[in-house]
Amino acid sequence: MKIAFTAKGTEWDSLIDPRFGRTEFIVIYDDEKNELFHDDNRDIESVAHGAGPQTAQKLFELTPDVLVTGNGPGGNAARVFEQSDIKIYVGANEMTVQEAFDAYKKGELKEF
Amino acid sequence: MKIAIASGKGGTGKTTLSTNLASYLAEKDKVVLIDLDVEEPNSGLFINGEMAYKEDKFKMIPEWEQDDCTLCGICQEVCNFHAVIQLSTQIMIFPELCHSCYACSELCPTSVLPMIPREMGKLKHYQNGNLSFVESRLNIGEEKAVPLISQTIEYVDEHFSDDIIKLYDAPPGTSCPVIEATKGVDFVILVTEPTPFGLHDLKIVVDTMKKLKKRYGIVINRFGIGNDDVLKYCHEEKIPILAKIPNNRRIAELYSCGELIYKKIPGVKQQLKDIEDYIMEIKNKGTG
Repeated sequence: MKIAFTAKGTEWDSLIDPRFGRTEFIVIYDDEKNELFHDDNRDIESVAHGAGPQTAQKLFELTPDVLVTGNGPGGNAARVFEQSDIKIYVGANEMTVQEAFDAYKKGELKEF
Repeated sequence: MKIAIASGKGGTGKTTLSTNLASYLAEKDKVVLIDLDVEEPNSGLFINGEMAYKEDKFKMIPEWEQDDCTLCGICQEVCNFHAVIQLSTQIMIFPELCHSCYACSELCPTSVLPMIPREMGKLKHYQNGNLSFVESRLNIGEEKAVPLISQTIEYVDEHFSDDIIKLYDAPPGTSCPVIEATKGVDFVILVTEPTPFGLHDLKIVVDTMKKLKKRYGIVINRFGIGNDDVLKYCHEEKIPILAKIPNNRRIAELYSCGELIYKKIPGVKQQLKDIEDYIMEIKNKGTG
């Protein structure tokens, strides 16, 4: 299973980026391979409009099973997720990726 | 002659000045007041008139016809605004993000993205003697003000000659809607207040007007509060100050009741006359 996180860095101790569309990185943990990898999303800063759908599309192509984020996607991004089976969990604001992963495993995060 | 009333900072008095100046000028001659702050138009609160015309305004957006789509991806590549997105075998359109540029539609090899009209807001035209008032209101949820602003200006240009004074009550700030509302005008009145915040945003809007190569002058509203830094700035930059409207609690009270101020607050009429004189001088000399 692959779990994606919106994050301000690329490591387990990086903070979760509470924003979805304008997240700096997408960090993905593959629990079968026990691998942590990431996608650099910082180009999004220069995009004036449509950050949500663009990041959602990118996430779609990374094919995670679960997304763990902070505030949750906005309306446009949520429309993209309607086309996918990705499960979204929100409320990981101010956690590290590790803490967010643990909270997800314990069922402490709210499903979007 | 087209005059925009703009400001960097919001809440400096664009609508107060627009509605009072329009009504004052209409005592003598024909005037058109156009509320281009389509996201939150409020000039209409101060203008009484008979509705002369009303119409729905549309913008064109693409609609995906799945059957002949080859999923080549050109549409999403050419969209600068991420309004068209391909998700495996689906093309998704985000109408609120679309700028109606037609690129996806025109460049689609199998023509499966025809452009269809979508209602984005309403235009209303009121008449009260010499004063014509046109306002447009964007529908809730629409993100793009520019198409409605440009269609409103088109409506006014089709219905009124340029010999008439046209006052555009512009949106605040310096982003795309302000550019759209000011790019075609002959003169811009920048309304500011003599506070650090007012000056900060005034400098940004002055830089914007310089880039647009516009002629502009400044009206200081709530004169008497804050400090002299706006005056110093205008002096150093050689920007004409057209009027100074005094800070006065009674003005705020009248405004909150939807009333015009110039007939009731001593001195305001003279300030409006000073602005009129300045405008007329430019009008008579031409814009060069």
